[in-house]
Amino acid sequence: MSQEFINVFYIVAAALFVFGLKQLSSPATAVRGNLLSAVGMFVAVVVTLFSQGILEFQWMAVAAIVGALIGALAAQRVAMTAMPEMVALFNGSGGVASLLVGWAALYNPGNTAFIHISILLSILIGGVTLSGSIMAWGKLSEVMASRALVFAAQRVVNALILIALVACGALFMLAPALDSPYLYAVIALSLLFGVMAVIPIGGADMPVVISLLNSYSGLAACAAGFAIQNNILIVAGALVGAAGIILTNIMCKAMNRSLANVLFSGFGAVKTASKVEGEVKPINAEDAQLILEAASSVTFVPGYGMAVAQAQHVVRELGEILERNGAEVSYAVHPVAGRMPGHMNVLLAEANVPYDQLVEMDDINPRIEHIDVAVVIGANDVVNPAARQDENSPIYGMPIINVDHARTVFVLKRSMASGFAGVDNPLFFGENTRMLFGDAKQSISAVIGEFKG
Amino acid sequence: MEAVYLAFVLILSIFLGFELISKVPATLHTPLMSGANAISGVTLVGALTSAGSGMDTMASLLGAVAVTFATINVVGGYLVTNRMLSMFKKRESPSQPGAPA
Repeated sequence: MSQEFINVFYIVAAALFVFGLKQLSSPATAVRGNLLSAVGMFVAVVVTLFSQGILEFQWMAVAAIVGALIGALAAQRVAMTAMPEMVALFNGSGGVASLLVGWAALYNPGNTAFIHISILLSILIGGVTLSGSIMAWGKLSEVMASRALVFAAQRVVNALILIALVACGALFMLAPALDSPYLYAVIALSLLFGVMAVIPIGGADMPVVISLLNSYSGLAACAAGFAIQNNILIVAGALVGAAGIILTNIMCKAMNRSLANVLFSGFGAVKTASKVEGEVKPINAEDAQLILEAASSVTFVPGYGMAVAQAQHVVRELGEILERNGAEVSYAVHPVAGRMPGHMNVLLAEANVPYDQLVEMDDINPRIEHIDVAVVIGANDVVNPAARQDENSPIYGMPIINVDHARTVFVLKRSMASGFAGVDNPLFFGENTRMLFGDAKQSISAVIGEFKG
Repeated sequence: MEAVYLAFVLILSIFLGFELISKVPATLHTPLMSGANAISGVTLVGALTSAGSGMDTMASLLGAVAVTFATINVVGGYLVTNRMLSMFKKRESPSQPGAPA
């Protein structure tokens, strides 16, 4: 097949990617959209296999089968709670693929200076994506400590790595050779830089990191596209890069922080919130049931703690009981609840919560005063009124779900420890707040038991 | 000229990406991310070219390893996205009468 002919099919593939992403704008069409996108990928791959340049098939056949098996197995096995870790690993594997494709492109004859720069970029971005993703995976799966790791002169060290990267890149450009020591130096420094970039970022900021690494994996594919002068890599890579950047931006806005602030400072390192004191009003399952039974509107506000307690199924069960009881039930999800964008929604969907009951922060806040009971499950910072009231709070200015404005608030909490950001939460002392202490799953089950008994 | 033309493609694609993605609702952000991730596995196309070029053993080897990782990305990404999206269901009926208590 001639190059022109191949490019025609690449246009078809690109169009399918675009249509696929477009159909992701509604849950009703999203499955089909994903399928269209997969068909696009299939077209691109098959057409490439028919190109003249490909002479040896045995290597790649084995490689592709191994990859497909690992991918399929991972996709089938992964628990929905572990999705952030999985996506981190997939990002990393996209990154390393781009790094290797860039590296292999060095062996192509007649490379120009522009192509050499593209090769260096695909190695750099691919390398950062790989090691950064592995770090993110480590933090998310709690293989390593998830808190921010900050040490003195961290920025100086990072700046030095960056300078060394640029210097090695420049030295490589002076004498591009397949075995240039500067090539290996760039690879090593990129990997090191990825590690250094992610370690100072704490667990609560992981949604930003995952989004950003997602974007990098696209940009790495893009750079690899430039290195081998391939249209479809550039188009698809740019689409993914844009997706990651938009998500990163949404996450940053939802935390009222700039990207620079997330990337370069450990969370809550500077400010300490005003100490809040007060008396909490505990409640037991029996009383909680009485209040819920009388409620005509109930909204559940889930956080990462719900995933940890695996409480999503009992929450849905309670939701159904309340609905049959005549209450209007909704699930209000904060953009940064969980460890990646949209994580809570996936968990609730897995527990069979219909997607029309999932509402966003901006939809629930204007009508939260009319909600009879807001049930906070494993969420803390995203419902902390200190974000509105206390200028000294590290989360001051962050948009929150204003559950304290609901008529009654139930907070399910293991004990009186502070949340991820280490912030005291005045919500717990609110006039209309009742604390339901204990494991979230057990607490909800106990309330369900009261309804049935 | 080739570089300028490719840069042109890049810029337009980024704008297109921004337009498309900003319409995706927050509910679907996780599948969006894993789906986009699968698309970034398009590096597979480049990896196949390197692995099959037959020019240099080292290039073929790098290409083959890249094929493995890119295939993980593509196959795993699409499958897991499909698995997630299939869980998003509309309510079957306004209320579910007769559901077992």
